Amino acid sequence: MNRNSVGQVTPQTFTFGTAEDPLVLESGCTLGPVDIVYETYGEPNADRSNAILICHALSGDHHAAGYHDPHDRRSGWWDGMIGPGKGFDTNTYWVICANIIGGCKGSTGPVSINPAIGEPYRLTFPVVTIGDMVAAQKRLIDHLQIQQLYSIAGGSMGGFQVLEWTLRYPEMVRSAICIASAARLSAQAIAFNTVGRSAITRDPEWKGGQYDAKGPEQGLATARMVGHITYLSEVLLDAKFGRRLQSADRFCYNFTNEFAIESYLNYKGSAFTQRFDANSYLYITKAMDYFDISRAYGPLKEAFARVAARYLFVSYSSDWLFLTSQTKEMVRAMLCNSKPVSFIEIDSPYGHDAFLVEEEKLTRIIAGFLEGVAK
Amino acid sequence: MNAQYVDRLSRTDRDVILTLVPEGGRVLDLGCGDCGLLAELVAKRKVRGTGVDINGEQLVNGLAHGINVYQGNLDEGLADFPDGAYDFVILNQTLQVVKNPLLVLNEMLRIGHYGIVGFPNFAQWQLRRGLFFGGRAPKSAALPFEWYDTPNIRVLSIRDFFDYCRHQRIGVVQERYLMAGRWVRRSPGMALTNLLAHIGLFVITRQS
Repeated sequence: MNRNSVGQVTPQTFTFGTAEDPLVLESGCTLGPVDIVYETYGEPNADRSNAILICHALSGDHHAAGYHDPHDRRSGWWDGMIGPGKGFDTNTYWVICANIIGGCKGSTGPVSINPAIGEPYRLTFPVVTIGDMVAAQKRLIDHLQIQQLYSIAGGSMGGFQVLEWTLRYPEMVRSAICIASAARLSAQAIAFNTVGRSAITRDPEWKGGQYDAKGPEQGLATARMVGHITYLSEVLLDAKFGRRLQSADRFCYNFTNEFAIESYLNYKGSAFTQRFDANSYLYITKAMDYFDISRAYGPLKEAFARVAARYLFVSYSSDWLFLTSQTKEMVRAMLCNSKPVSFIEIDSPYGHDAFLVEEEKLTRIIAGFLEGVAK
Repeated sequence: MNAQYVDRLSRTDRDVILTLVPEGGRVLDLGCGDCGLLAELVAKRKVRGTGVDINGEQLVNGLAHGINVYQGNLDEGLADFPDGAYDFVILNQTLQVVKNPLLVLNEMLRIGHYGIVGFPNFAQWQLRRGLFFGGRAPKSAALPFEWYDTPNIRVLSIRDFFDYCRHQRIGVVQERYLMAGRWVRRSPGMALTNLLAHIGLFVITRQS
């Protein structure tokens, strides 16, 4: 067990939005009641000014650090970054991570029971946006009696939420850390999401979204395989797998999992079906595709004029899903408005996944930035 | 080796630069390293500072001081920074190590109202002596590098710098020279200055 772990944590649930006072979504639809499952690490100070909200990415959840029971083999998804003496130091900060709405890990989403009919929502769940996810998080932050977040941080889709927070509720965010993200998805990234969704909806087990227990596992696995390729770099794939065969030296001349990379991707795909819901995958990738700062807030220069937070942008040299140039576009918009902004590109071979892997470099950067925010 | 050299110089450089930057200004430091100079400017002159360096690891120190940092390569220009965004843009002991010094000078005067440029004078008499009598590329206590490992790829003199400024309609509004271990404010004439100064430090601005 990691001695700098936050230890055992228990997820909590906050419910808001009665049928009379539901959450009004960007699409105009309403949702309620809404459950938000979240975890907290560290302790709030007297005036709750030390809160940091962590926003998770596509396949993440509220379990960012620590473990749920002592027999857990896996700790939270950002355990290397959150804990005593870590990048997000829980000796100093009160760290909060909430599951997004539309997800499948406890917050209200397509797998949740629609109280009106006593059945899961499935595809009757309204399409939610990044803005809706953030609006729901805002209700949680209000509930936790936090006037202003000391900081908010997230990578990839988590970065989308960070951006949305600072644009939608500028006065509520003192500083923001946007990692491996962008002001919008590129056409290429939408294309990959399209393939993923298509793999799910073309799986006969999907049944128009009305599946019960098993669901479109093949489709979801394929979606994950495609996604996983986009998270890694070519250099890394070459170094890690190359053209290596999984077991034999000779070709088998059949269609089994011969290549090491083939076997790895198939494993990743199958493993994902054990922990993720196919409909949820559709909803979340759609929310990512819709996200576009300029569509909601105007050209970037205009949009970032409303930001009050001090910003840190981090990109990774080998990330080809969220390019450094996309990060710089936002940095430029901040600089054009004379807003306090920092930018660091981490040299890494790990591609988009680097923000979950290169923890040592990120730790120093984030610990430094958070320390500097107080000055 | 470079760090050691810069350390030795920066002690005195920094003090002079501190006197050149007015209180509360907006300052951009190009090639800021670990933001040591900016941290001092923030502490003593209450400036709003931003540091640019190619080395991200070093910039972390600036973040911890609450300084905004930007990782970038000066040789690629600074297109992300808008015109006139800073009062002062500092380029100290960096001009001689960049590939595109003219681009960097242009960028600094586009982004800032004033530039502060400091560089070693390669026409200082001891270097000339070494070249003339020793027949070897310039070397001194302050420039201890061999030809093959020197970071100083642009070899210029104070006279060269003034020629360039005149040609480009850049005004030199302040000058400081390190001569025989002391900083002086006035040039004793170009020929003598170019012979005696180890380092020249200038405040420049674009003439309209």
